[in-house]
Amino acid sequence: MAERIIKLPDVGEGIAEAELVEWHVKVGDVVREDDLIAAVMTDKATVEIPSPVEGEVTWVGAEVGDTVAIGSAIVKLKVAGEGGAAAEEPAENQSVIPGQAEGLSPEPRTDAPDRKGAGGGAALSESSSALGSGPFAGAKSRNDGGGSAAKLVAPPPPKAAHAGTAPAQRRAPGEKPLASPAVRLKAREAGVDLRQVQGTGLAGRITHEDIDAFLLRGPEPARGGGLVERSAVTEVKIVGLRRRIAEKMALSKSRIPHITIVEEVNVSPLEDLRATLNRKPTPERPKLTLLPFLMRAMVKALAEQPALNALYDDEAGIVRQHAAINIGIATQTPTGLIVPVVKHAEARDLWGCGIELARLAERGRDGTATRDELTGSTITITSLGAFGGIATTPVINYPEVAIVGVNKMVVRPVWDGTGFVPRKMMNLSSSFDHRVIDGWDAAVFVQRLKELLENPATLFVDI
Amino acid sequence: MTDITCKLLVIGAGPGGYVCAIRAGQLGIDTVIVESTKLGGSCLNVGCIPSKAMIHVAEEFEKAAEAAAGKTPFGLTVSQPVLDLKQAVAWKDGIVQRLNNGVAGLLRKAKVKIVHGKARFRDGRTVLVETETGPKTVHAEAIVIASGSAPVELPFLPFGGNVISSTGALALTEVPKRLVVVGGGYIGLELGTAFARMGSTVTVVEAQEKILPLYDAELTGPVAKRLTALGVEVLTGARALGPTAKGDGLRVETADGRERSLPADRILVTVGRKPVTEGLSLENLVLDMDGRFIRIGERCETAMRGIYAIGDVTGEPMLAHRAMAQGEMVAEIVAGLPRAWDKRGIPAICFTDPEIVSVGLSPEEAKRAGHELKIGQFPFAANGRAMTRHGEAGFVRVVAQAGSDLVLGIQAVGQGVSELSAAFGLAIEMGATLADIAGTIHAHPTLGEAFPEAAMKALGHALHI
Repeated sequence: MAERIIKLPDVGEGIAEAELVEWHVKVGDVVREDDLIAAVMTDKATVEIPSPVEGEVTWVGAEVGDTVAIGSAIVKLKVAGEGGAAAEEPAENQSVIPGQAEGLSPEPRTDAPDRKGAGGGAALSESSSALGSGPFAGAKSRNDGGGSAAKLVAPPPPKAAHAGTAPAQRRAPGEKPLASPAVRLKAREAGVDLRQVQGTGLAGRITHEDIDAFLLRGPEPARGGGLVERSAVTEVKIVGLRRRIAEKMALSKSRIPHITIVEEVNVSPLEDLRATLNRKPTPERPKLTLLPFLMRAMVKALAEQPALNALYDDEAGIVRQHAAINIGIATQTPTGLIVPVVKHAEARDLWGCGIELARLAERGRDGTATRDELTGSTITITSLGAFGGIATTPVINYPEVAIVGVNKMVVRPVWDGTGFVPRKMMNLSSSFDHRVIDGWDAAVFVQRLKELLENPATLFVDI
Repeated sequence: MTDITCKLLVIGAGPGGYVCAIRAGQLGIDTVIVESTKLGGSCLNVGCIPSKAMIHVAEEFEKAAEAAAGKTPFGLTVSQPVLDLKQAVAWKDGIVQRLNNGVAGLLRKAKVKIVHGKARFRDGRTVLVETETGPKTVHAEAIVIASGSAPVELPFLPFGGNVISSTGALALTEVPKRLVVVGGGYIGLELGTAFARMGSTVTVVEAQEKILPLYDAELTGPVAKRLTALGVEVLTGARALGPTAKGDGLRVETADGRERSLPADRILVTVGRKPVTEGLSLENLVLDMDGRFIRIGERCETAMRGIYAIGDVTGEPMLAHRAMAQGEMVAEIVAGLPRAWDKRGIPAICFTDPEIVSVGLSPEEAKRAGHELKIGQFPFAANGRAMTRHGEAGFVRVVAQAGSDLVLGIQAVGQGVSELSAAFGLAIEMGATLADIAGTIHAHPTLGEAFPEAAMKALGHALHI
């Protein structure tokens, strides 16, 4: 058996470090060549790290949320190879078990020998007490005492590690809950959906007690009769994309004095036009949402006000006005907000914008968007569709200087001079960096958007 | 014409239908069951039960023949045994009869009304039954279709004359000298093995590359070996073409593309079973189908409200115990209880020699489902009880998920392992981990000891190997 150290590879773009956002393996797992071992996140993209060889994981060098330097060791594998050293291996394994339970520090090399010194005893009592059952602990001490067959050595570590970290396993989405027939029946009779019950048994098995506990303080306390006080605090570690979002938002709000203008737009004519265009969709001309129209309007309006299509480098004191109009589209994904970018909107027609938008949204949602597709925006649209409220205060996508927010569309009575008529009305809530954009310019831009959208024909004529 | 009105009507009194009716009766539901032939369905009359009776006869006969030939290692000799197959069939029929009566008694005890006749749907609430005493109309709030399945007939080899189905094979009163079995699935091999043990020269013709295509090669290996020892010729990759001109055999195209004539006194066709959906006037309903089967949801509900379907008519696996579990569940659903199909495993057994049992996922299926696996296998050659029973072929295999050690599947092949299905099924259904099985004391000396040993093997510390 030989040891192989896997280092964090260069994930590109001259990045020196990356945040570890997910482990696909734990100590004791056997990985095959090309199996994914971890995911790290650079500026915006997540990069999966595959294993270059087959072997058993004996050590992991970071916790989720740690920032890891490129080239530093992240995993040690026991791989098939030159023999010997079998006697040392269990000791090596044990040294890691408590490490995993407590969280390894980012400097594992100096750390490991210490723990080895602390030795099997502590690790053992910890893992066996955490487990609270005999067989695994028993197998473990047999190893220590006898130094018996090497065959016996291999299986215990994953058990102990597993028991030490997470006795109650989380089910993968779609996985069937594990419960005995009697428990399943009890759940059915009590109207409990087992998929919502956390199993505390081995392998995540749901026990009678879990059902009782669920009934007592589950998501439907009303079922147990009366209201129940809750005092639990759930700690959610802010890592990965969520941390990036948090940092970015804080940066934007602390640096940029926002000015927000809310204006209403009569989109009835635009909606009529859209309905007409959508009547016969083809693969080249699929159904359009409202956003491509807004993008066209922005392209037109920005041609007249290039100062709004800019990035403000406030450290250097330079505003860089871009000829390219790269529109970021704030998109909700299961893991959080990302902003895929429709590049060169100025060179795309209505359907060109629509198709690119749909493609990016899809890639954003299934997590396959590349770094390139998620960077480079010069202005941003944020739209919550039907959840868009009547007004929002959009946060500028730093270091841009403007963001256009789309609110929900509603039919409102509008006074046309002689009577009230129903009109499809939609508000635009747009924020601007007041350091470099004056209120006047912001208002001109918003009025121009309103004018273009209310007279959709003007979107398509050069005036 | 007489009219019957009831809450629940069950069409078909096979294992699914009669269990459904009994359970419904227990729950106080006003229930009617319709059956066109005998109570108990294929399972009891022409399937599970009679075949096991004949397999037992064959086993006893072969043991005696072995002893007569002086082949037992423990020095037992007897004079040449003589089998009166007519009497064996009568004995088998007696068992079937007792069970028929038993089902009738249980239904009566549950206050279920039995109507003999052919059922035909008039609409989603009304069924016409042609009885001996004339047509009856049954109105029901809920109807369960449990019409079962029937052997598939090959168009170029229709049943009749010396071409028989499994039903015909169980009624033979003479052991055929030369038997050709078309179809190497479990039904063909169970019956083929039985006749081989009773002295027939048996040839099995299987279109696929291996016998028992549903099981992996490791499991079927001991069965294939035993077939060879019994002198059974197995032609895999071979296609039946039709009877010979004189009708005294079967023409087949062998794997190498050549045509060959297999002389046969009987040709047993066991190429599968098809759902019985004809004759029910299902065209008067609006059911969704799944191929030839009736499509059901997790409550055995069909596309029509109030109409349920259970058992073979709903698809694979076509097994009596699946139908029974579905029937029980549907009765409870009709009684208003919250139920849904949530079984983890349906055991499947092949009563060949040796027997095969499988519950849950095979290693291949588990891999395909994306699981990382831990597999432990323990051979009966290392099991004392297997040795003393003079049957050391086979093994128990446990398939578990690496990491959690959750047992995903259990398989075994060996003499008498069908009875181990109870333990296997319980382990899967209870969500046992390897440590649960390894930590359960199994009585010594039994075949069952191979079970915890296989689990320990997966954990890396089998004791007796």
